[in-house]
Amino acid sequence: MLNPTLNPQIFDPKVEKIPTRNGYGEALVELGEKNPDVFVLTGDLSESTRVLAFQKKFPAQFVECGVAEQNMMGVAAGLALAGKIPFVSSYAVFVPGRCWDQLRVSVCYSNSNVKIAGAHSGISVGPDGATHQALEDIAITRVLPGLTVVVPCDAEETRKCTHAVAEKVGPCYFRFAREKTPVMTTKETPFEIGKAYVCREGKDATIAACGPLLHEALLAARELEKEGVEVEVLNCHTLKPFDAETLVTSVKKTGSCVTVEEHQITGGLYGAASECLGRNFPAPLEPIGMPDSFGESGEPDELLEKYGMKAKHIVAAVKKAMGRKKNR
Amino acid sequence: MVYNNPMITDKRIAELETAANQIRQDIIEMLLAAGSGHSAGPLGMADVFTALYYEIAKLTPETRGEPDRDRVVLSNAHICPVLYATLANRGYFPREELKTLRKLGTRLQGHSNNHFRPEVPIETSGGPLGQGSSQAVGMAIAARANAKRNEVSPNGKEKLPVWHTWALLSDGELDEGQSWEAIALAGKLNLRELTAFVDRNNIQIDGFTEDVMPLEPLADKFKAFNWSVIDVDGHNIREVIEAADRARAIAENPTVIICHTIPGKGVDFMENRYEWHGIPPNAEQAKIALMELRTLGGQIKSEHQ
Repeated sequence: MLNPTLNPQIFDPKVEKIPTRNGYGEALVELGEKNPDVFVLTGDLSESTRVLAFQKKFPAQFVECGVAEQNMMGVAAGLALAGKIPFVSSYAVFVPGRCWDQLRVSVCYSNSNVKIAGAHSGISVGPDGATHQALEDIAITRVLPGLTVVVPCDAEETRKCTHAVAEKVGPCYFRFAREKTPVMTTKETPFEIGKAYVCREGKDATIAACGPLLHEALLAARELEKEGVEVEVLNCHTLKPFDAETLVTSVKKTGSCVTVEEHQITGGLYGAASECLGRNFPAPLEPIGMPDSFGESGEPDELLEKYGMKAKHIVAAVKKAMGRKKNR
Repeated sequence: MVYNNPMITDKRIAELETAANQIRQDIIEMLLAAGSGHSAGPLGMADVFTALYYEIAKLTPETRGEPDRDRVVLSNAHICPVLYATLANRGYFPREELKTLRKLGTRLQGHSNNHFRPEVPIETSGGPLGQGSSQAVGMAIAARANAKRNEVSPNGKEKLPVWHTWALLSDGELDEGQSWEAIALAGKLNLRELTAFVDRNNIQIDGFTEDVMPLEPLADKFKAFNWSVIDVDGHNIREVIEAADRARAIAENPTVIICHTIPGKGVDFMENRYEWHGIPPNAEQAKIALMELRTLGGQIKSEHQ
């Protein structure tokens, strides 16, 4: 059964669609009103990272850094070490892509309270092509000690995530998508950093998803239901610290798992789930994600189709995982 | 330019020179004990560090960790032996601890970090070059934001801490593009809350800076980025202190104090030799170096002779 706190229109073809980044922009304004120590930095991307409203409302708490992400990350570290709560806003290919060393040393090693917002992540960035499609950002952030990594699934969850990230002391990376994506959660849906939750209960297989592709995962589960397969769908929004308990509890019940993410299958959610199950409960685990490849230009939906991230691909992966379970 | 600050007595300058000499001796001893580390840069910056930690920055062992302390950011953290020796001599922690440099479990890591503040008052972690400039800019922006909030606070109720930020950079690290990104932002913001010292010792690992990657005209480059520039003899403590006073008084923009220093200063066989950038002395070399420092290059008789 579907988690009753989710949007009841979730399977309606006319479900409301909003870019996840909008939730970030809204939350920043809410935060600015509450806390004059919140700072926002951007590298010449104030509109597309949705920080323009904050800039207009709180100009004294805004730093336009120009196209210079390495410096931006360092300035944020300095602000944080001086007691501020800085949000670094850029595209995920640049932040953390272009300033990983600064993220590693000035932020993580120094334990400075910097919040890093990576917009335009995943293959669904679309026509801009491979250079602008961040498909490695989770891997290169998840590996850094002390860094929290979150992938919210929709605009509402992004809003909650932005507030949670501001409350939590310590460095945090979170990513957004460019396109309008279905609003799956409501104000009532629980969100806690480090705590995955069950979106749909099932007993035959687990789908662990993160980001907007959670919607495809739920569509896949509905398809499988028609064939009598009851799939449990988890929203694994926090990649680090990874909620091993929720995943292991589910896989102990279902015996197999598929991960779904807009990221390389190495180092992202598939990586995190592999590490988790390998240590706690080895079970068949199939990936949906980028198969060690760069992207290309195209419409978001065409790209998801070509690289195998649609509901039908998830259905096939679930069957494969379940088949491996029987063969053991 | 000739500086003459009557506030600082000749006696005080002589005390500071004695402190700088002791810091140099401690650098030699700690490098010998560690068996690895950088020699030239730390010795070359001993006078600037003495001026900064004893006179210039609003920092004392008694008030360490106070919210309104001045922020000192060491960007070229490989010269941290001079930072550690200065802090120990200034009374932040026992000098005996200097011998733990680079040893397992030490607070004195091979490149300085901020994990032991406020006891060891190091604000940032360094190593990869170019990162300190940006962090110093961030700290200066935070101080400005606090000052602004104090100004507009009703009845002056809000009293947020305000400080000056001092960044220590090397010349070789200005090869890093990040340095210039930070310099550009500080210039754009007229960031008078920030002063940078550049250790202009003309050497880096592979040779002389002008051979590896030319930096000149360095002063003009800073000016082009809207910085005020002061050149000093980095071994003249009075000049360094007076330049810092001037920098604090410049209201238009950030200031860089280009400190012309001799790498390896105080130890004859290390001076101006880029080969000493990244290696420590062996026991015999350390003995000669310490003798030279204790006798001020043969001018006086050492009490240890």
